[in-house]
Amino acid sequence: MNALLRDRRGAIGLALLAVVVATAVAAPLVTSGNPNTPGDVVATKFLAPLTHDVHGAVHPLGTDRLGRDVWARLAYGGRISLAVGFLSVVLSISVGVVVGSLAGWWRGWAGAALLGLTDFALAVPRVVLLLLLAALWQPSAILVVLLLGVTGWMPVARLVHGEVRALAARPFVEGARTSGAGSLRVLARHVLPNALTPVIVAAALGVGNAILLEAGLSYLGLGVQPPTPSWGNMIAAGRDTLVNAPWVATAPGVMLVLVVVGCTLVGDAMRDVMSRQSGAFSHQQSAVSRQP
Amino acid sequence: MQRMLVRRALTGLAVVVGVVSLTFVLLHAAPGDPAERLLGPTATPEQLAAGRQALGLDRPLGAQYTAWLGRFIRGDWGVSLATGRPVRTMLGTAWPATVRLVLLSLLLSYLLGLVVGTIQAACHRSRLDTALSVVSVTLVALPGYWLGLMLVALFTYLLRLLPAFGASGFDSDYLGPWARLADGLRHLALPLITLTLIGVGGAARFVRGAMLDALEQPFIATARAKGLTTSRVVIGHALRHALIPVVTLLGLSLPALFSGAVFVEAVFAWPGVGRVLVEAVQARDYPVVMAATTISALLVVLGNLAADILSGVVDPRLRALEERAT
Repeated sequence: MNALLRDRRGAIGLALLAVVVATAVAAPLVTSGNPNTPGDVVATKFLAPLTHDVHGAVHPLGTDRLGRDVWARLAYGGRISLAVGFLSVVLSISVGVVVGSLAGWWRGWAGAALLGLTDFALAVPRVVLLLLLAALWQPSAILVVLLLGVTGWMPVARLVHGEVRALAARPFVEGARTSGAGSLRVLARHVLPNALTPVIVAAALGVGNAILLEAGLSYLGLGVQPPTPSWGNMIAAGRDTLVNAPWVATAPGVMLVLVVVGCTLVGDAMRDVMSRQSGAFSHQQSAVSRQP
Repeated sequence: MQRMLVRRALTGLAVVVGVVSLTFVLLHAAPGDPAERLLGPTATPEQLAAGRQALGLDRPLGAQYTAWLGRFIRGDWGVSLATGRPVRTMLGTAWPATVRLVLLSLLLSYLLGLVVGTIQAACHRSRLDTALSVVSVTLVALPGYWLGLMLVALFTYLLRLLPAFGASGFDSDYLGPWARLADGLRHLALPLITLTLIGVGGAARFVRGAMLDALEQPFIATARAKGLTTSRVVIGHALRHALIPVVTLLGLSLPALFSGAVFVEAVFAWPGVGRVLVEAVQARDYPVVMAATTISALLVVLGNLAADILSGVVDPRLRALEERAT
């Protein structure tokens, strides 16, 4: 963690994410009014940013077509977008780790079948799969979490598969086996903890990607349903008012970019920090082995 | 090389068959009855039964699947529930538009990415490198549909320079050949710029990494020791080496690019497979969803195969390896 903060990209990325997450969590404190109920529509619709309405309330990012405060919707929408992104990545990582580790651990047809399944799912464009699945059920935030989880585990499975394969040949695994531990116990207690490092990097990048996809689905009307705000359906609502109220669509897009940039920077920094640490480790090892 | 390609082609075929089967199973597992959807809420039970019989829904699932697969292979893809048009004509006009858009943006984004990534690697850790890194990270983070809307706001509404919707103007049938070409290019501009900008960031980041790896190789030290100029070393030696992983990535990035194209097509009403798919999903138009999914999988598989062939051309070692193995 300290190494991550010492990396400039990691520090900037974490700061970006911290600000956005804090805004979303503290939404009731930093905004005023309900984000979902329309205000005095005639008097307060399409107010420009930094103006105040006839009631004296200030709208830092203006209002939308129903007179709702864009800043409030942005903060409350962040709760949905961040939660969906985070939960779906937890789901996809869990599935990916299970499938990938079993595919790497089991030799023979079972492992090959799991790997084949992974490669098959990897070859289908994710958005096409998402749209196909979204067509089948009534759209909701929970459905989006499930869909993103179900369509996002494959790269993680591939990653874990490679790590497990490499670790299975190491002496300490052999040692654990000869000491009489069961096969699944060796996998869970000895191999997996060592295979999870690259998964953390994939998770950081995956959260950004999942948030983008959630927004995309909501933009197409297949994700979070209005009036509940999500950054995606806010962009969709701002699409029709691009000429007279461009701020409605601009603000959620900027938030999306900030979050995804934050996730990418943190992911990049983590990868570098980890490779530096493992590199230092192998240098030490070679230094030890060179001693007579 | 040939054996590898045959193996890849067979794997690709298996993927397409798998996708077709998956769509069939999913659409049948979905709640709701196609006959009910087709006939509407006013249909009598007798009409519904007749409808189910006409659609073959009363037969066992296995028989339905083989019958459907047979029809699909023969090119009989059914009729759209929403528009009443044959699915095949809908997709027959859609796929060239998608291929045109995706290929052009793939080409442009990788050319730009190569230039930017090479410059960054050549001036590693300079201010320019940092600035370009910031730009590429931001481009990677941009949602395509949002960038598209922002470009529409700028170029269509504010500057009134470029059209925002469709692949041709309403009057394109009455234009001369040159004017029609110009009209087509003007309509292509915004979707292409959007898709390219999203792609450039990822390509540049990857090229930069591959170039930095290549510049650490011993043969670069040799080339420098021989007294070659920096530009000769970077372009003649390092870039050629870095091209190999880049071409591999070209194939791997196709599904992602296709995914991006779905949103961009939806924003710009570009008449491609992505827009057909989105509209079909929104209307729960199952025959079209099924066919569009299959076409997308097919396009991605074919693209990956093309990338495999290309990487054999770029990397002679791959060919030699295969020849030794056979």
